[in-house]
Amino acid sequence: MFTYTIRRLLIAIPTLLVISLIIFLVVTLAPSDPTANLPLSIPSEVRAQMREALGLNEPILVRYLLWLRQFFLYEPLHMLDQAFGLSLAGEDMQRILSWQTRSPVADLIVQRLPQTLWVVGTSYVVGVLIALPIGIASAYRQYSWFDQIGTFVSMVGFSVPTFFTGVLLIVIFSVHLGWFPSIYDTTLRVTDLSTFWLQIKQMIMPVAVLALYNAAQISRFMRASMLDNLNQDYVRTARAKGMTERVVVLLHVLRNSMIPVVTVIALGVPTVFGGAIITEQVFKVNGIGQLLIIAIQGGDVPTVQTLTFIFAVLIVLFNLIADVLYGLLDPRIRYD
Amino acid sequence: MTDAPMIETMEIARPPRNQWLDVWDQFRSHRGALLGAAFFAVILAAVFLGPLIWQIDPTYIDIRARNQGPSLAHPFGTDQLGRDTLARMLAGGQVSLAVGLTAMGLSLVLGTLIGVLAGYFRRLDGALMRLTDLFLALPLLPLLLVIIMLFRDALRSAFGPEGGIFVLIVFVIGITSWMQTARIVRGDVLALKEQEFVLAARSIGTPSRRMITRHILPNVLSPIMVSATLGIASAIITESALSFLGLGFPSDFPTWGRLLFDSTDYLQQYPERVIWPGLAISLTVLSVNYMGDGLRDALDPRIRGR
Repeated sequence: MFTYTIRRLLIAIPTLLVISLIIFLVVTLAPSDPTANLPLSIPSEVRAQMREALGLNEPILVRYLLWLRQFFLYEPLHMLDQAFGLSLAGEDMQRILSWQTRSPVADLIVQRLPQTLWVVGTSYVVGVLIALPIGIASAYRQYSWFDQIGTFVSMVGFSVPTFFTGVLLIVIFSVHLGWFPSIYDTTLRVTDLSTFWLQIKQMIMPVAVLALYNAAQISRFMRASMLDNLNQDYVRTARAKGMTERVVVLLHVLRNSMIPVVTVIALGVPTVFGGAIITEQVFKVNGIGQLLIIAIQGGDVPTVQTLTFIFAVLIVLFNLIADVLYGLLDPRIRYD
Repeated sequence: MTDAPMIETMEIARPPRNQWLDVWDQFRSHRGALLGAAFFAVILAAVFLGPLIWQIDPTYIDIRARNQGPSLAHPFGTDQLGRDTLARMLAGGQVSLAVGLTAMGLSLVLGTLIGVLAGYFRRLDGALMRLTDLFLALPLLPLLLVIIMLFRDALRSAFGPEGGIFVLIVFVIGITSWMQTARIVRGDVLALKEQEFVLAARSIGTPSRRMITRHILPNVLSPIMVSATLGIASAIITESALSFLGLGFPSDFPTWGRLLFDSTDYLQQYPERVIWPGLAISLTVLSVNYMGDGLRDALDPRIRGR
């Protein structure tokens, strides 16, 4: 198992390198000019100097290697410096700077990460907590009215796009009823009970939207996995031994059914971050997704590259976690 | 001799059935799938034939009739420039469905090609599957946004403002959604290759090209059809998500996602305006998903027997 993990980690490195090259090439080879948004009154020779200062005249391979060095060597060193007050990074080690704000991209991301993590993380946890009991119950009572309703709701849940459910919730609960605010207020500091209540109120709608979407998918997997196990011989054996139905279902069947579901949950984490881009836009949460949209609209190449690559790292990482978890949870699976 | 009339009577009692009749029978027994298919047909007809009946130009601006509620002249009301919402919904539906169908077609062709090549030719298998894994590890939505933002202007000048965006969106959705199809097709081709009829065909010297077109492709048709229906649904959702983020079609060129995006600016004053495009997207996708669900059951011979 340990050697397998090491091997998977080593395979992940070339994958990430190729992905970073693709992202770099897409952004770099695009026929768009980062100085295009500057005022037209800037003379062309100044514009050329600006392009040179941004390092756009170097060959593509050099720029790619420089970016890699910045991303994998300089940025981690600077992050360590900031976190522990060290001085590992030298003066000449330039950080990846956003073209829009002139501040390091890592700082921008660190500023915006808490909002995304709060909203997305809570919604994923809520989604899983809703999905598991629904999946178990609808598998145990297959084709009952509960199962039929659950199937319909989950079908609706992943057919209706999040930007429509979000807008619909805003229409109902913000415009008509006026219960919850439609815009997420990031400046809110939770100090006492009333601000905590405000925080809860502004989180309810985005969390509900994403949780419904996630729960719809996970509950399907849970149901299918439970159905696979409920007809197995060991279930009959357990019942024949006189175990209570509770123990059979919740201890024997559930534990075996959870194996594929856990990997699905792990695989879903990065897509949730991606899907949150839309939800953040609907509820005006200034998280990473919104940062990406702003950077794309402003032609901010370093920020776009870094963020897209971070999304790619998340996907590769959680694929790895899912594979390793699968091996750990299921003793029948031996990779070596 | 006594057997002959027996067989004859049996043939009269049960007319010869082909596989597609069985599939249709199973499909018909799935109520959701049937409803979904019927609804999708209605939407297709409404969107493509509707403008023949409802002949108001979706781009006609009647500024004095702006922001109207539903009336006989404008059943869905009018928008902030006095354009008829029903006409815009129909025009938007044409674009959304056209994007969904063409993008699905492209991803299907790509996925089937790569899947068949990887499954049939052992030498290509490793490389093509690494490529598939790589595409699966790409962050698709961010990358889609980046590609559209960066290449929009270049394609706009090449194919015109609407044509350029159409080509771009169909292309990017197509090349980022073929991976599931390729994996399923590869798996099926690998299993098919071991069967006797393939061995028989090979032993009479069938060349690879004819082998694939005559023997392999017809047998992997069912997973391709299922992923086709699911592909339409995801392509429609992706297109409207891009339009919703303001990175799709220009605003004078309506699609359902764009209409929804434009209506969110007037959420406080005219909340009902977001309902129509949102409902259209959701119901179309729901009907297509139900159709795919039924098709999967109908095309699976293990389920069909029951």
